[in-house]
Amino acid sequence: MRFLQSTIGLKILMAFTGIILVGFVLVHMLGNLQIFIPFQGISGEAAIDKYGYLLKSNAVVLWGARSVLLGAIVGHIFAAVKLTNRSNAARPRKYELHRWFSDSYAVRTMRWGGVLVLLFVIYHLLHFTVGVDAALFTEVKHCGPLEGGAANTCFVRENVIRGFQQPLISGFYMIAQVALGLHLTHGVWSLFRTLGFTSQQWSERSRILAMSIGGLITLGNIAIPLSILMGIIK
Amino acid sequence: MSGTLNFTLKVWRQNGTKDSGYFEEYEAKDISEHMSFLEMMDIVNEKLEAENKEPIVFEHDCREGICGSCGFMINGQPHGHKSRTTTCQLHMREFKYMDGGTIVLEPFSAKPFKVLKDLMIDRSAFDRVIQSGGYVSIRTGSAPDAHSIAVEKDSADKAFDAATCIGCGACVASCPNASAMLFTGAKVTHLGLIPQGQTERYSRVQEMVNQMDSEDFGHCSNFGECTLACPKGISLDVISQMNKDLLVSQFKG
Amino acid sequence: MTTEDYTTESNNTLRNNGPEIDPNDPNKSIESAWDRHRFDIKMVNPANKRKYKIIVVGTGLAGASAAATLGELGYNVLNFCFQDSPRRAHSIAAQGGINAAKNYQNDGDSVYRLFYDTVKGGDFRSRESNVYRLAQVSVNIIDQAVAQGVPFGREYGGLLANRSFGGALVSRTFYAKGQTGQQLLLGAYQAHSRMVDAGKIVMKTRTEMLDLVLIDGEAKGIIVRNLVTGEIESYAADCVVLATGGYSNVFFLSTNAMGCNVTSTWRASRRGALFANPCYTQIHPTCIPQAGDYQSKLTLMSESLRNDGRVWVPKTKELAEQVRSGAIKPRDIKEEDRDYYLERIYPTFGNLVPRDVASRAAKRMCDDGKGVAQTERGYGVFLDFKDAIERDGEDAVRSRYGNLFEMYERITDDNPYETPMRIYPAPHYTMGGLWVDYNLMSNVPGLFVIGEANFSDHGANRLGASALMQGLADGYFILPYTIGHYLAQVPKAGFSDVKRPEFTKTKEEAIERLEKLLNVNGTKSCDVFHRDLGYLMLDKVGMGRDKEGLEFMLKRVREIREDFWENVSVPGTADGLNPSLEKANRVADFLEFAEVMVYDALTRSESCGGHFREESQTEEGEAKRDDEQFCHVAAWEYRGPGQEPIRHTEELTFDYVKPSQRSYK
Repeated sequence: MRFLQSTIGLKILMAFTGIILVGFVLVHMLGNLQIFIPFQGISGEAAIDKYGYLLKSNAVVLWGARSVLLGAIVGHIFAAVKLTNRSNAARPRKYELHRWFSDSYAVRTMRWGGVLVLLFVIYHLLHFTVGVDAALFTEVKHCGPLEGGAANTCFVRENVIRGFQQPLISGFYMIAQVALGLHLTHGVWSLFRTLGFTSQQWSERSRILAMSIGGLITLGNIAIPLSILMGIIK
Repeated sequence: MSGTLNFTLKVWRQNGTKDSGYFEEYEAKDISEHMSFLEMMDIVNEKLEAENKEPIVFEHDCREGICGSCGFMINGQPHGHKSRTTTCQLHMREFKYMDGGTIVLEPFSAKPFKVLKDLMIDRSAFDRVIQSGGYVSIRTGSAPDAHSIAVEKDSADKAFDAATCIGCGACVASCPNASAMLFTGAKVTHLGLIPQGQTERYSRVQEMVNQMDSEDFGHCSNFGECTLACPKGISLDVISQMNKDLLVSQFKG
Repeated sequence: MTTEDYTTESNNTLRNNGPEIDPNDPNKSIESAWDRHRFDIKMVNPANKRKYKIIVVGTGLAGASAAATLGELGYNVLNFCFQDSPRRAHSIAAQGGINAAKNYQNDGDSVYRLFYDTVKGGDFRSRESNVYRLAQVSVNIIDQAVAQGVPFGREYGGLLANRSFGGALVSRTFYAKGQTGQQLLLGAYQAHSRMVDAGKIVMKTRTEMLDLVLIDGEAKGIIVRNLVTGEIESYAADCVVLATGGYSNVFFLSTNAMGCNVTSTWRASRRGALFANPCYTQIHPTCIPQAGDYQSKLTLMSESLRNDGRVWVPKTKELAEQVRSGAIKPRDIKEEDRDYYLERIYPTFGNLVPRDVASRAAKRMCDDGKGVAQTERGYGVFLDFKDAIERDGEDAVRSRYGNLFEMYERITDDNPYETPMRIYPAPHYTMGGLWVDYNLMSNVPGLFVIGEANFSDHGANRLGASALMQGLADGYFILPYTIGHYLAQVPKAGFSDVKRPEFTKTKEEAIERLEKLLNVNGTKSCDVFHRDLGYLMLDKVGMGRDKEGLEFMLKRVREIREDFWENVSVPGTADGLNPSLEKANRVADFLEFAEVMVYDALTRSESCGGHFREESQTEEGEAKRDDEQFCHVAAWEYRGPGQEPIRHTEELTFDYVKPSQRSYK
């Protein structure tokens, strides 16, 4: 039996890659929230700028991490596409009428929510990681020497603020965070099921965990554009 | 007539697997609320037969909710909207709220479930899944005394719950992916939880998942529609158990 | 006219080919009979088994277990069922449990006690040797089922639980909640699936047997209809096993599944197999009464309900009338206006009298106009849990019967915690069936009959939890050995010549019959005839019978049959899926078979089991058996359409359990 070609094998692949991605999203959010930390000292360097520079300073670690993430994304999408195709083929005649028993919104938005998250990730990479000006509708300031200083830094804070001051971009980010949150509220629970945590206790625990992670990510990440729009962060 | 109900039935008619199929409407008049859904169908059919017209074909046998023969989509849900019910045990009193309305009847849809005629489908894929390994290999006459192995009551009860599957196919029909994981998982769990099923536990799960996949059922997204549609309320846990067993099987010779 | 006018008693009494039994000779005693017999019969060399082909029709407990076991032994099995999967056979609906003389409860059970109870329960109309063997192998069935993974109920210590059933003095019934039949059938189905996977069973689903093919007087094949394509196909084998269940659907409404039918056994009977004791049918006391004419089947509720429920009807017809019309509610009837008739008539056993006694009493009350079902005829009595709820609390009652109460409420919309249940007896199991010898072979060589389809072990009344036991005993542990005795004598193994004229001719006859059905072009659905026949059969050939009613039925059955062949409407064609045609074909056979049932009931002018013959009763109005005249099996030989069948007999001797009049007072 070729494990990875079975439906369950693919789901288990989705679960493991999902764990990596959830971990990343959590850490990423914690990093982002440093934007709320005020300027440090006289040098005027923002905590988040320093952190940004730190992440980029070691090429081996940076690209190592990036390739793990890229692999996880590719694996996750590969499995999703394969399973979606399979699912579509499994019901050639669509129902005239199909009513759901459950009223959970999260489960029904997994697939399109996932696609939305993917589009968002691409945009987000162009926006902040690659720094394509067009994505920001304005100039992106790349990492470089600090003004008047010797140390190098990244201008995360400045870029973020400049980006999110535009309601269109903030709006898109916020919608994407809701989609991501929904994706996680089902995804995290689902991955526990897929990995075989069967007991009633685990079912409840994983549901709480999934809700918390989904909620935390959405709220935490929305807080940033919202604060900027509202002028709390300037 | 007082105390009776009237409906229009919008029914999928399909003369054989190759036919393309279409919807046709029938009137069901003066239906007693104490009738079962299938008894209402009987009345419509008896009238059609008397007119020498071909009755609506649907599968049914025991009419007490245990053989698993009956089942079709009623207003978009397998066995209708009432939970833990087979079509034969669904009574018309449940439809009082829509007296005078239209009820849509369609066959379960999944690639392996070919329509044979009207609402009747081919579920032989389920048999093949069981044939691939859903058993304990014990020759008649070679069994040890029934009390030679005590079985913990908790696992015996859980195994029983999984074993109550009637193989009706509602899980597949309701699943957005047309997955048969609840059906397969139920048997894997039933036999995997009791001592008698241990010897073949890990080869069984591999064989059965393999067969299930090759029948072209979809995958599981843990949406949980199947367990809500299941007339016996088989728990989603059986799927999780099957996942675990399959994962573990990868590390056993 | 007298009874003798109807039947020609044949001089040939039937021999069952069983082992010689002598109660005084330990070497020929009933205890060692089965062992000796297995040694005495011929055997097939293990290496030769794969050369034989066996047809098994039916996949219930008997059919599936036989097919699986024969496959394991090496035979090639061709197995047929009309359902879409072997797992759907109606054995699946059995609720209560399965008896076995394990004595796990240490309450004094033994093989002998199970044997004794079964012979007595059958009202001394079964074969002692068969029943003893049944009790012997009962213990193996439990071992087998547990090893297959059948999830029987267990105690906290992990050992198997037992309950007592049907008033037995010991707890010997194994159960899996209320789904024992389902779990045992799935166990057999899984064993069967394993043999399908191994290639030893070729399974043909959605295939219905239309006729039996005899070659030189021996059963060598069957004609079937592929229900999907409509194709009429011939299959040949070295022998044929019928495991096609009972014929309760002759009553139209019964606890049987909609598809259960008599066609296979009746067609075999038309080809020469004797039909034994067709008038022995079991009417189960605790079913949900019929609610209307549209009703398609009756639902049984476990007999265990009578452990705590009290059966009653209102004391007067007037009160009953008011209950029927809904003018008064059952709970408003005062205690002194209630007649707890079972407790009144049978003070010792009370509500726990055997099935036949309880059923008959309910009918008598309703015939007297005291029925309480909310229908025109009002056939139903109350089963009240009020006292049990007051005594033990609602929770205790819920824990015992919760699922049954739920089922009752789902069907009737009445809540049994608040208002008494209404129950009425319904046709359930048929003890009659094709006559078989000790080897389970009919009088037609090569035709074996197992499970409910044969007549063997239950006599005139079946005890609770015995049917599952018999089906599995036949399939797992008896037939697989005894079949070898016949096969070993077959000159050449592997018969497969379906080109023989016998096949062609039988096939043509089958096709002709279907065409005839389709060409009647009448105006009545075949359900109309079935319903007519069924209601009359229940009324006149059910629990209570008299000569007048039976003579009326002889005429009436013929009239309905003639009407059927002139006015039935069977739409569609024969060359595809056509449930109307399937149904009409089955009903046509019920219409022929009903006649032999009536003959049997008419000739047996005694009361026995659940069959109360008005002319044969004690002064107190209880059933009176007539051992002088009727201590035998009656087996009927078909002689042609409209002709009176010949009655053969097999004398029953009781060397161990001496016949006595059953008394439950």
